Amino acid sequence: MTRIDPRGPRFGAAVTSAVLVAALLLPAPWGFVAAVVQAVAFALGALVGLQYQPWGVIFRQLVRPRLGPPSEREDPRAPRFAQMVGLLFLAVALLGWLASMEIVYFVAVGGALAAALLNAVFDVCLGCEMYVRIQRWRRQPMGPLREQV
Amino acid sequence: MIPNEYSTGFWVLSLVTLAVVGFGLWRRLTDGHVRQAMPAEIPGIPLGRTATFVQFSSPVCAPCTTTRRLLQDLARIDGVQYVDLDVRENLDLVRKFEVSRTPTTLVLDPQGQVRHRILGVPRRAELDALIVPVESGMAS
Repeated sequence: MTRIDPRGPRFGAAVTSAVLVAALLLPAPWGFVAAVVQAVAFALGALVGLQYQPWGVIFRQLVRPRLGPPSEREDPRAPRFAQMVGLLFLAVALLGWLASMEIVYFVAVGGALAAALLNAVFDVCLGCEMYVRIQRWRRQPMGPLREQV
Repeated sequence: MIPNEYSTGFWVLSLVTLAVVGFGLWRRLTDGHVRQAMPAEIPGIPLGRTATFVQFSSPVCAPCTTTRRLLQDLARIDGVQYVDLDVRENLDLVRKFEVSRTPTTLVLDPQGQVRHRILGVPRRAELDALIVPVESGMAS
């Protein structure tokens, strides 16, 4: 699999954070609209292909031409998995909103925002934190991430 | 109840920001340091005359790649051995040493006893300090 510029997903995480802040703060129905926008962005990246993730597209078209080449490249499977996790969180959020369960919406959006912020600001690899713990709990070795995506 | 001039979303945002900044800064401060560990053995590992670095990695782990490069570079020093273990194939060791995140690196002395542990990408200066000139062996 072609390795990608790691600044792309990081930029994407920054845009995601901004959109999710809007999803938290904007009055109805605009907060919900922001959440839908981010859910669609996640869906494109997770289900169609990482190159279709809209924030990544913006990065490649507008930001990257202004930057030098990346010092290293990363495996695209981790960012793609992150998109899937984000999509699940947002799906829960949107369903919560539609079912008038406000608390579900805010907790799910808050969770997705926390992950995006950790990625964007601190470059924290959440998958690295969780993978081993999940492994030990399941007591069987997991297959590589590509089998889950 | 808290006066509700501020929306639920504002409180959630405040909480998330606090948690993220707290966790992120804590990781920045604590990651990568060489820490003392309880002596223990890892059977079947080739040992270096000076030190052996045993890295636990998981698939698709960007910091693991960075750590690998760092430690492989260090292993160019004569007497320093580097071993990379996949957590999937070494669950027994993962449990024995309570490895909960990757990368986790164990540092063994020439006798094969675990002496130090490093969580996250190791700090180069501390790695260099650990490997004093071969004549005097590994710093404790």
